[in-house]
Parts: sequence; C-alpha cells; structure tokens
Amino acid sequence: MLLLGQDHWFIKKVICWRAAASVAWSVLLLPAFTAAFVLLSRFSFFHPIQWILGSFSFIYGSYVIFSIVFLCLVVLSIGFFSLQFYTVVPSIPCTRIALLGKVLHPRQLFHSFSHCVMGIFVFWCAAVMIGGRYQALIIPCSAENSFESIHMCLNEYHLFFLLAGGFLGFIYSLLYVVNNMNYVSFPCIQQYKYLRVKGAFPLVIKHSAIQALYSVRNFIIVYYFLGYIPRAWFCTAMNLKRDSSALSLDSLAGLLDFSLIYHLWLSGTFLLMIWYTTWLLFKIYITEVVCFPVQTAFSEKVNECLPKVLNSKQPPVLKYLALQDFALLSQHAASRRHEVFSLSQPGGHPHNWSTLSGECLSLLNDLTHKLIAYQEAIASNGRVKQQPVDGDNRSSLSGSSVTGPSSVEDSPPWQEQSTTSSHTTKASTSVFKPSLSSLKSPLTAPFSPDINSPFGSPALKRLTASIDPGSPWYGSVQSPHLIRRGPKLWTSSTDSPLNGRSQREIPILPCTSPGPQKPNFLTVWLQNGFDQVKHFLAKRVLVMYLFNKLPEASSQALFADSQAHIWALEGLSHLVAASYSEDKFGVVQTTLPDILSSMLNLQKAVDKHFKLPHASSKPVRTSGSLVDASYKTLRFALRAALKTAIYRITSTFGDHLTTKNHQKPLQYSTVQSKPNYFKKPAFSDHLQLPVCVYYA
Amino acid sequence: MCSLSLFPPPPPDGHTTLYESNNELVHSNSLDSYQKQEWDPPSLHISKETLKPHCRPESSSKSAFIHHQETLWMRTASAWHDAGLTGLLDEISHSANEVPKWMKVASCLTLALLRWTSFHGSLFPHLSMSSDDMITEFSQAMDWAGCSVRCLAWHPHADKFAVALLDDSIRVHNSKSATAPTLKHRLQRNVAALAWKPLCASALAVACQNCVLVWHVDPTSLSTRPSSGCAQVLSHPGHSPVTSLAWSPSGDILLSASPVDTSMLVWDVASESCIPLQRVGGGGVTFLSWAPNGSRLLAATPSSLFRVWETQTWTCERWPTLKGRCQTGCWSPDGSRLLFAVQGESLIYSLSFMDTPGEPLGQVGGSKMASVVADLSETTFNTLSGEVSRIGGEVQSLVWDPRGERLAVLIKGDLDRDTRAIIAIFKTRNSPVFELLPCGFIQGCVGEEPQLIQFHMQFKKGALLTVCWSSGRICHVPFYFVTAGLPRLSLGSSPPVSHSQGVNIDRQLFTEMST
Repeated sequence: MLLLGQDHWFIKKVICWRAAASVAWSVLLLPAFTAAFVLLSRFSFFHPIQWILGSFSFIYGSYVIFSIVFLCLVVLSIGFFSLQFYTVVPSIPCTRIALLGKVLHPRQLFHSFSHCVMGIFVFWCAAVMIGGRYQALIIPCSAENSFESIHMCLNEYHLFFLLAGGFLGFIYSLLYVVNNMNYVSFPCIQQYKYLRVKGAFPLVIKHSAIQALYSVRNFIIVYYFLGYIPRAWFCTAMNLKRDSSALSLDSLAGLLDFSLIYHLWLSGTFLLMIWYTTWLLFKIYITEVVCFPVQTAFSEKVNECLPKVLNSKQPPVLKYLALQDFALLSQHAASRRHEVFSLSQPGGHPHNWSTLSGECLSLLNDLTHKLIAYQEAIASNGRVKQQPVDGDNRSSLSGSSVTGPSSVEDSPPWQEQSTTSSHTTKASTSVFKPSLSSLKSPLTAPFSPDINSPFGSPALKRLTASIDPGSPWYGSVQSPHLIRRGPKLWTSSTDSPLNGRSQREIPILPCTSPGPQKPNFLTVWLQNGFDQVKHFLAKRVLVMYLFNKLPEASSQALFADSQAHIWALEGLSHLVAASYSEDKFGVVQTTLPDILSSMLNLQKAVDKHFKLPHASSKPVRTSGSLVDASYKTLRFALRAALKTAIYRITSTFGDHLTTKNHQKPLQYSTVQSKPNYFKKPAFSDHLQLPVCVYYA
Repeated sequence: MCSLSLFPPPPPDGHTTLYESNNELVHSNSLDSYQKQEWDPPSLHISKETLKPHCRPESSSKSAFIHHQETLWMRTASAWHDAGLTGLLDEISHSANEVPKWMKVASCLTLALLRWTSFHGSLFPHLSMSSDDMITEFSQAMDWAGCSVRCLAWHPHADKFAVALLDDSIRVHNSKSATAPTLKHRLQRNVAALAWKPLCASALAVACQNCVLVWHVDPTSLSTRPSSGCAQVLSHPGHSPVTSLAWSPSGDILLSASPVDTSMLVWDVASESCIPLQRVGGGGVTFLSWAPNGSRLLAATPSSLFRVWETQTWTCERWPTLKGRCQTGCWSPDGSRLLFAVQGESLIYSLSFMDTPGEPLGQVGGSKMASVVADLSETTFNTLSGEVSRIGGEVQSLVWDPRGERLAVLIKGDLDRDTRAIIAIFKTRNSPVFELLPCGFIQGCVGEEPQLIQFHMQFKKGALLTVCWSSGRICHVPFYFVTAGLPRLSLGSSPPVSHSQGVNIDRQLFTEMST
C-alpha cells in the first residue's frame, strides 16, 4: 500500500532523488542541532567558561556521537514518511466525523504510532545527552537502609522524559493530519533553494519553540492526572521499586521544577526542529521547478516532453510540476514559447500547441462541469427531480449495475456532455483524478470524504462496494429508499435525494415494487421508522456536532486541486498574449474561440459559486506561521487568476476580438445573446468584466 | 549630458502651463483658455480647510469619536489592539504624566531594543525617526505631511485615478462617472502609497501605517462609501510603516516595503500570505519600482545603496551610491533602462540592462556602471518679463510616460538659496540610442508648488501628466505628439493595435492644435 505508484520513471528519477537529497541535508544539519542542544542544555549562568568548555568536551564524547547516529535513523524514517504521505491535492474533510475518520484511519494510526516511537527515541537520546538525573531508567535506590542488598529503583525523571517524547510525537502526528501538513504547496515566486531555506528557517525555530511549549504544558497536565498509571506499570513489569525518598513527579511540587521544565521544553524544541527541518527541506526540494523540454529529437525522450507529460496519465505531482513549468515558460522563456508555436516538421501541424491547449482546456472545462454539478446539487436541495424516463439511459445505467463495483464509480451525466468520454473517472488523464470523488464528498456521504484520502482509500472502497447489488448485504435490504438515504442520513436535508449522483443510483437498484407510483407497505413503514430514528438522532447534540457539515469545507474541497487550474489559466493567457507578436503561423488563432469560451464559462460558474452561502467567507488568517493554510483560499486565487487571464487576453487583442471569428464563441457562451458586447475594449468605461453583463 | 541651461526660460509669474503642442509648452495667465479635449479628466481642487486631519496622527481614528479623557488603560488596550506591542509601548511612553516614571523609561528602553533588534544590529539614523517623519522623508510627495493630497495613482487601463488625502481617506475619481467613492477604513492611516492592480478592474492596494489594505471597489457600484468589508488587510509583524507598493505588471503578486524592515514582502493577495525577501544591508526598503515589462525591480534603501532584482529567480544586484540614498527611479517602457536620482546630488543617472533578463539564470544583467545623463544644478534664467528666477536642485520624483517619450522631473526647491520647486520636462527617446532633450518647465498658479506628479497610463494622443499642487489643486497637462513608430505600451510587448489609425487621429489633432 505504501509504495503505490512508485515505479513511474519520474518518481524514480526525480522525486526519489529529491527526497534523498533533502534527507541528506537534514542529516548533515543534525550535528549542528545536536551541538546547539548540548550547549543550551548545560547552560549555566554563573560559570560561563566552565559551561562552554565542559560542553565542548562532551560534544566529542561517545554519548553524543552515538546519539547522532541514532537520530540519523529517525531523520531517515521521517523523510520516508514525508515521501509516503505527501500530496499535492489536499484532502479536506467536510464533516467532523470525516475528520475523525481521517485521524483514525489505519494508515494514520500507523503514522502516529511510529512518530510516538520515534519521539521516545529522540527523547531518550536527549535524556542521555543531558545526563545527570535523566541518564538512566534504572538507578540504585538511595534508601537509607543501604546496608541491605542494593535494590534497583525506577528513575521517574527518565520515564517522564520518555513519555513526553511519545506524547510530542503523537501531537506532531495529530497536527500533521489535522493541519494537512502533508499537503505540498507551491510558492508564488521561484527562489533558489538555499534562499528559501534561509527565509523559512527562523520560522521553523519559532514554530518549534512555541509548539514545544504548548505540548509540554499539556503533557504536564496529563501527567499530573494520569502519570501514576505508567509509573506503576513500569514498576510492576520490571520489578522495580519506587524511590520513596525522591519526590514523586505527579505532584505539584515535583512538577514545578524549573530545570525539569526547561530541559523538557528544550528537548521538545530539539525534536520538533529536527522533524520540521526535514519536512521543510522535503517540501522545498519537491516543489523545485522541473524544466521539461517542449519537444525533443530523441525518440526515447519523447515521454519526458511537456505535451506528452500533460497529456497522459501521470502521478499528480508530475502533472503539477509540468503545469508549473508550463506557466513559467509562457511567462519567461521566449525561446521555449517559440517551440510551442512551431509546426511539426513533416506535416506542418501545431501538435505542441494543440496538445498543450487541449489539455489545459479540458482541465478548465472539467472544473466548470464540476462547479455546475455542485450548484445543481445545491439548488435541487429539498426537491425531487424528475427521473430520467429515457429508456436507453435507464438500461445503460442498470446495465452498468450488473457489472458490479464499477457502477459506484460511474460518471454522472454531465460528464458525458464534456468532450471527454464517460469513463473519464477511471481512465482520466487529467490532474484531478480525484475530482469526482471529492465532489461526491460534500454531497452524498459525510462518511466518505474522499476516495483518495487516507480515510477513504481501501476501507471506503469496500464500504461503497458493500452497497453494491452484488454484495450479500444488498439482498437482505429490500428498500431502495433505505439505501438511497443511507449515506446522507445526517445531512441537513430533510426528505429528498440531495443531488444528482444519488438519484443516478436509483435505477441501478432493481426495486421490489413494480413501479415508483405504488410504494409498498414495507417501504412506507421502513421509511417512517427511519424518519423517526433520524429525527431522534438529529436532536442529539453530539450527533449533530459530528455530522453537520463544516461551513466552508465543501467549497474548499471543490477547489482543492485548483492550483493546477491557476497554472493552466496563467499559461494559456500568457501564451495567447504572446502569440499576438510571436505566433508566426497563427496556430493560436484556431483555438482562441475555444479558449475564450471556456474561460468565460468558467467565469460564469465561478461567479455563481461565490454567490452560494459560505463560499465567499474567508478563513481566519494565520500570519507568519509555518502551517500552510493556502489550500483554504485556493478558490479566491482561482477567481483572481481567472479574471486576470481574461483581462490579459482582452487587453492584448483589444478590438480584434470583435471580428467575426471570435464573436461566435462569445455568443455561444452567453446566456442572453449580446453579440456586440466586445465592441468596447474590456477596460473602457466602467471597467467591468464583460461577462458580468449577462447575468447581472 | 543635458543641463538646465539648455532649457527655455520658465514662464513669467502668474502664467500657468496648459499643454504641449508643436513641440513647445503653452502657458497662459488664465485657466479658462484651456484647450478643450475630447476627453476631459476631472480637475479637482481639494483645499486643506475642507479636510479634517486627526488631532493626534499617531493614535487611531477612534480619537475623533471617543472623548479624549479616556483612561490610560483604555488607550493602551486600544493601542495594543491597533498596533500590537510597539503601539502599547509607544502609548505608554507618550503619556508621561499619567504613568510612573520607571514605567515610561522601561517602555522607552524596550521600544528602542525592539527597534534595534529588528534592524539586525546595524544602526541607521532613520530608525530613530517617528513613523510620520519617516514617511515624510521617504515619500515621493514633496511635502507629504503638510499638503492635502498625499498620493495619487492612475489606473493602468481605465480613465480613473485614486487620491489619498490628508484626512486618511481615499477618493476614486472616474472620468465617466459622477460618483467618486470615498474609501475609509479603521486601519487606513498615514497613506504613503497607492497602487492599482494591473489587469483588474477594481483592486487598489493602499500602503498604510501598519498594514497594506487591498480595496475591491466595484466600478459599477453607485455607493459612495464602500464598506470596510471590501478591503483585505495584509499585515506582517515588524513591517510598518509601509512606504511603497508595487504590483507585478502581470497582476499576480504585490510587493510592499517598509524602511524599518530589511525584507520586502511578496504578497499573494488572494491567499493573504507573504514571502519575505530579505537582504541584510541598507536597513530597510523605501521605494519600489517595477519595470513595465515585469522583468526587473528597483528597490531603494535608506542608506546609500539600492538593489535591482530580476523577477524570475529573485536574485539581486547591489548598487552602492556614493552620495546618498536613492530617492526615486523610473524604468523605460521596455525595461532596459533605469533612470534614478540620488539624494544630495542634482543629477539624473542612467543604468542600462541587457535585453534578456534572467538568461543566464539568476543574472540581473546590469551594465558595469551608471552614467550621468542630466545635470539639474542651479541655473539662473531671465524670464520674458525680465525677472530673474533661479531653478535647480535635488530630484524629488521622476516619472516616465508609458510610451517613453516624455520624462517629468520634480525638482526640489530650497528656501535658503531662493530656488523654487518646479517640474522639468524632458523629451526622451530610448532606441536606437538613448536621447534626452529639454522641453520646458511646468508651472502652476501663483504661490503653488508642485507636490506630486504621475503620468496617465493609456492616453491615446501622447502623454498626460497629472500634477498635484500644494494648494490641493489637481490638474492635467496633456502633451500632444505623434509617436515615432514606437510600440504602444501593452502587456507582453505586443505591437501597436491599428497603429495607422492612431497616427491619423494624432495628426488630425495635431493640425487642429496648430490652427
């Protein structure tokens, strides 16, 4: 499961090497961190010279060398986890229960457990390096009756340290999933790696120190109340005695020890610094620009060319990097733009341009369809739509139900309207393969946030498959309503299918009733019972709390992969603007109508989306924090990029857009046909976006 | 090298400059003989008396509403809320008679320490200034603190401009609409710079005391007071006061600079997140100017050093100047030439750049040294009416029109040496060789001094210079000329749209003017 899709050439050749380089740099930084830690842990205000000399002699000692070797292993595994867990499309849970599911997903549990263990290891190293009373777990008792045989006692300080390490590791893992820290965001400007590391490093120190402080506080509180359990357990399991003369640490007097808290906080900062640095370096290395050739003379390199990479099924990270490169080349590299506009040598076809623009347009159109479907789903909330009476449609859908699990993945009808085939979901070549599943998440199932999310991956597929007609469970439940309602029982809607998708499932299930006009008694009875249960549960506060949708989450989830669209928009608009002077063969002219109509359609859909409740409310801004919340505002970025792209094209071409060729798509794209709205240049007069005229 | 002695003498006192035609500036002693144009931008008169500045500019605008005798506790709480720790300490150190003396001393010391630590160990004299003085010092306006108009910005695509006034409000004037929305916000204080977002109808960035505000003013809206909900607040600790702003010409990122922060911030406005670009040395960033083609960026610092960044991988070239700090600068339309002026010298320098920025990657591509192109040292003129006037001095502001044909220079006056502030206009040509020819002086009414200058971005018949005078009058001086085949400025360096037509219009106008 962990090594899914790692055999791709790009993953092997680029991503793995980048990850290795980032881990190597973190390992190289480790001695410096350790030296700083040793120095600070032995800080003594009154004996500065002794402190410095003692620390330096200790740094060369065997304890520290051994600890560094040990910490190297920890860094390696952190790097491994980063490589396994990173994603370029964040998974956004739409309800609290989905978030809970994400945290309790086996993969995430494994992550937490490993981080606990690693945290214990790091704190063990820290305890050994601090030395003194923290050094060992088992110490000889300092009891007064020393004339007897020497008893071995439990060193509570050491145990306290180890438990703190486990606690910090767990908190790190928890925040990692809650804050979507596995999401790799791409920066808006391209800097060299060294400068990026330099710029982010003070933030890493600050963030680690603050997080360590809070975690230590929480740990002390937890230990104060529950500390006796592990202590007693250790004493019993290892047959140790408690040192009766020493102060017990789950008392106020024992915990209010400044040096203990200081060492705990310092070790926590040390741990988080190492981990966050590894994570930061990984992110910086992964997001570095890759320069793809536009065309090549060697046939074995054809697969690595930009059109080929964008056009075929690829890992998302490769798609993202390719789109980023596409956006950059359209902006900065005149020679590479020239290659895009060039014609193929035998034949004279603009293959490069048509592939690139086609892929970008299909990305944009997919987003438009996704938005329209979402809006329809919202609009039909509370109303039953007419069933598709078309026999063909019905039979094809029920036919697909026979094939088994694939019916769950079947694409809704709006997908068929698009240029892509109806089986795009599975064979989708575009970046947002999870688009459909993420679309489903806010609508149908509060349980199923995302097929691709950790929570959704295997377990969810099994869950969805179990509703399938092929499963044995299916036969035992007779009512289609029950199944239809099942997944969205806890949504705020009252009595109707929420969206198009769940309706599509209706004909899949062969009803026991002869027709929809005659509901049988059992169905009615079951439905009544179900309504009662639902009504009862809806009144429970906890259930409501867990199952209510988070206000912005569905919007965020809808735009989760919008970085790709932003790059597509930037790249297309820059290329079109550049084509005005650079495109010698006029290859862009043929696609310009399509580009404009796609952009205007998307603009219309986006504008409509922002009129929905909660869509235009902004999340609270976290200024200067290491936690990257940029995925929450991607929809605003997309809206701004879209407007800029349209303006860029209209302001470059100006009056030329009113020529005959281009009026056609503009008319086609509008609701009320106003063919001459482009007569005026876009920025004239009141400076409003021409599209707004239509539905304002 | 061009010098002021080559210039035609300035118009006699009482004459006002109206427009340029037939290669010479036309002056007249009454404003009524103004040449009627097809398009008339709104000329405004914003007198100081109509505006009500704050009694205490440092404190918040709340002081206008709440009674002043509020307790120290209330004031410190609001200062903490408005400006954070620095504001709190500032408030305590200013109310000396209400707090114990040790508290005042402690807060002063902490304040000094805070400032010092954020200056990265190198002490610069400008750090001891108050933020008002700092903005006055580094602003492009001649008299930022005293004049009723503080800054002005033309929209890059439309016929509208925004002016920031002394009372911390901003008015947006549109040539086609009578409503002039007034923008006010609680955090909008000490506005030092305005910038419209390119390729966008409505976004206006405002550099304020503690933050950058980005207003989204719907141009079709009839509301005269957009709510403060239309503004995005971008703030970053340690980044105040903000004195300069620059949008990238492609409209995707915004840069902000503060004289006390050694890093300039690259804002992704949609996500409200920023990336600091830090270079130690110089002690801060005072002035930003983005080349119109987007490839390079000028960043001036408060010390005698400025940087030129290339915007692909964000590396920079350092340019130490000998005399003083770089006061102002402007780019040629194709981004290949930078003109700048240094404080303490009455010279204009030129710096040329290679055509392909960032190739090889990470190279700014500047020439080895800057050359002096104009000498603006003091010159005595005998005007037509026989008076003697002395003109010349340091440069306050430099602006180049979007076609690269006219350069306007705002020259500072000096009361001691009896020179007056004036605007000098140069004719320029950038290709095939750079040329700078004298054109004339622009003068306002009696007793008026120029305050701010800015060119219209899309004037079809030549160039249009907007001048704010110290009296609060905003007027527009058109320059009618025929472009000598130079491409019209547009993004992506496109060739001119229907060029022949444009020339025809110009020629018609030209003949009209000459008759």
